[in-house]
Amino acid sequence: MSTETIDLKTKLLTDFHARESLLNGEAGSAFHQKKRAALGRFEELGFPTPKNEEWKYSNVKDLISESYHFNAESSLTLADLQDLKIPEQVANILYFVNGHYSEELSSIVSSSDQIIIESLQSAYKKNPTLVNKYFDELVKDDTDAFTSLNTAFAFDGVFIHVPDNQTVEHPVILRFVSDARSENVGSQPRNIVAVGRNAHVKMAEAFRTLGTERSFTNAVTEIHMDRDSGVEYYKVQNESDKAYHVGTTQVRMLDNSHFYAGTVTLNGRFTRNNLNIILDGEHCEAHMYGLYFPDGTQHVDNHTVADHRKPNSESNELYKGILRDKSKGVFNGKIFVREDAQKTNAFQSCKNIVLSTEATMNTKPQLEIFADDVKCSHGTTTGQIDEEALFYMRSRGISKPEAMSLLMYAFCADVVSQIKIDSVREYLENVIAEKLTTK
Amino acid sequence: MLSIKELRASIEGKEILKGINLEVKPGEVHAIMGPNGSGKSTLASVLAGREEYEVTGGSVDFDGKDLLDLAAEERAAEGIFLAFQYPVEIPGVTTINFLKTAVNEIRKYKGENPLDAAQFLKMVREKAKLVSMNDSLLKRALNEGFSGGEKKRNEIFQMAVLEPKLAILDETDSGLDIDALRIVAEGVNSLRSPDRSAIVVTHYQRLLDYIVPDYVHVLYKGRIVKSGPKELALELEEKGYDWIKAEVEALG
Repeated sequence: MSTETIDLKTKLLTDFHARESLLNGEAGSAFHQKKRAALGRFEELGFPTPKNEEWKYSNVKDLISESYHFNAESSLTLADLQDLKIPEQVANILYFVNGHYSEELSSIVSSSDQIIIESLQSAYKKNPTLVNKYFDELVKDDTDAFTSLNTAFAFDGVFIHVPDNQTVEHPVILRFVSDARSENVGSQPRNIVAVGRNAHVKMAEAFRTLGTERSFTNAVTEIHMDRDSGVEYYKVQNESDKAYHVGTTQVRMLDNSHFYAGTVTLNGRFTRNNLNIILDGEHCEAHMYGLYFPDGTQHVDNHTVADHRKPNSESNELYKGILRDKSKGVFNGKIFVREDAQKTNAFQSCKNIVLSTEATMNTKPQLEIFADDVKCSHGTTTGQIDEEALFYMRSRGISKPEAMSLLMYAFCADVVSQIKIDSVREYLENVIAEKLTTK
Repeated sequence: MLSIKELRASIEGKEILKGINLEVKPGEVHAIMGPNGSGKSTLASVLAGREEYEVTGGSVDFDGKDLLDLAAEERAAEGIFLAFQYPVEIPGVTTINFLKTAVNEIRKYKGENPLDAAQFLKMVREKAKLVSMNDSLLKRALNEGFSGGEKKRNEIFQMAVLEPKLAILDETDSGLDIDALRIVAEGVNSLRSPDRSAIVVTHYQRLLDYIVPDYVHVLYKGRIVKSGPKELALELEEKGYDWIKAEVEALG
């Protein structure tokens, strides 16, 4: 009798070399060389342990204790998705099931002179030079093992290119579905978004799970913003209680560009979101909003970076969470103001309501300022429901549970209202209201 | 309607109310006056069901129900309304949405169907007019950024919407200039009826020029030490509270 010990790292390395041997000529391409280099980084780094400062409060031991079938085939149909109550919307909708782009489920409504939206695989086939120009460029120096892993295994995802001076009317909604009905599944979506000069686009990434087996999503999105451009980017995670999610969104902004991000974690076993923004131009504005609602033994970790490299830009951040039961929350917000980045304004705030004595929230603002003429502020609060407000509502006849729901909803409202894709905001309003009522 | 007998209450182990007796009949307005720290606001809070206070003795009967047995929201549904001395600001909840929830929760308690949006809006508009409440305030977050006068007016407006049997006004006059005071008082007076009562808690007599009480009670050191007709308020205004304190001390 033998007991199998699963070493996910070894398994992944073996997989990579097995795949590589099937590539024939492509193995020598610049694209593949990037992947191979990334694999080297991953091999060297290995999965992080709590000794790694960036992963101090988020232990991936459980995540890597089992293996996952990456990019498993799935015969998912629209009917299967009924249970997920996905809202109808007029948008460019792209479905990815276990990492595979599903043309059948997807629909693209914007014209191709306004925006190029394609699966990464198909974009690479059509124009490898263009894809390669952007692929990995923003994350190649990343020291995060998961990011390198994603690059090494980048299988599919979306490639979005908005030409100069185009304002895309309809949003782009990326729906990543893990079909975990019959086995542990894994996917490593890789998205590339390149927004031209004075071009504007709204997009959302939505993550869902079907089934009760484990899912592991390791997602990376690179967003390149040219001068005067605007991007609104939302990430909504409403996955299963056995969903593990690690994701990095890496943004580089040039002069006068405006970036809005909303990251909402509704459900999931283990979630780690990295949102890294390089303000590499003057008069840029980066806004980051986040919301999370862990319960049970769920774990949600948000790491953000606002890296101010040029003068006269602004970053503004507000994250809020409601924690129940034995859940854990982590917030780590870094603000760098480089020597050249005079007249920077950088604001950061993280507010939490902890509803149980067994829930914990770790917040860590980290400001590193090398310029002298800057305005920076940060603040974190962790507390309970405001008793005075609760009594006020009850004194008007509103029952305690209803008053709690209203107050918690109100707590989230200023973040939810920042979401400018109507269908996404309305979806969140409904799900959050329901979430705060039923428990 | 309301019958308070030997009511005792304490907070953090300190006894504040030391045996209050008070009878309020339908249609009556009772003023509770007294120096600072005498227990006026505590009485208002205990009646409304604030949980920080521990009732250590006595009884409160409200229309045949044991009030002390009911949660704050149940008291509200039974017809008790407390106008707060310091109305709470609640960001993210609009006044209109808050009131709609309150109205429908009370209707649910009474076994009535919820009002639909149109019925509710019509009712709210009428009541807003009654207390000269600007419509634009209704759409703003509850009391957030409201001036002192707007907050107090919002209390009276909520009272008009909820139509309580017994309104308790806790120092509603504090922080109001004379014009705001008049508007608030007019709102209260317009709600007076033979089956509705009010307890007006105030430190100063001036509010009682506008809301004329049937009875005036003086609360001192947790007890009602003197009761009388509305003229008692004028006497207090003129002579202050020292003579009452002296009377009480003399009695030991």
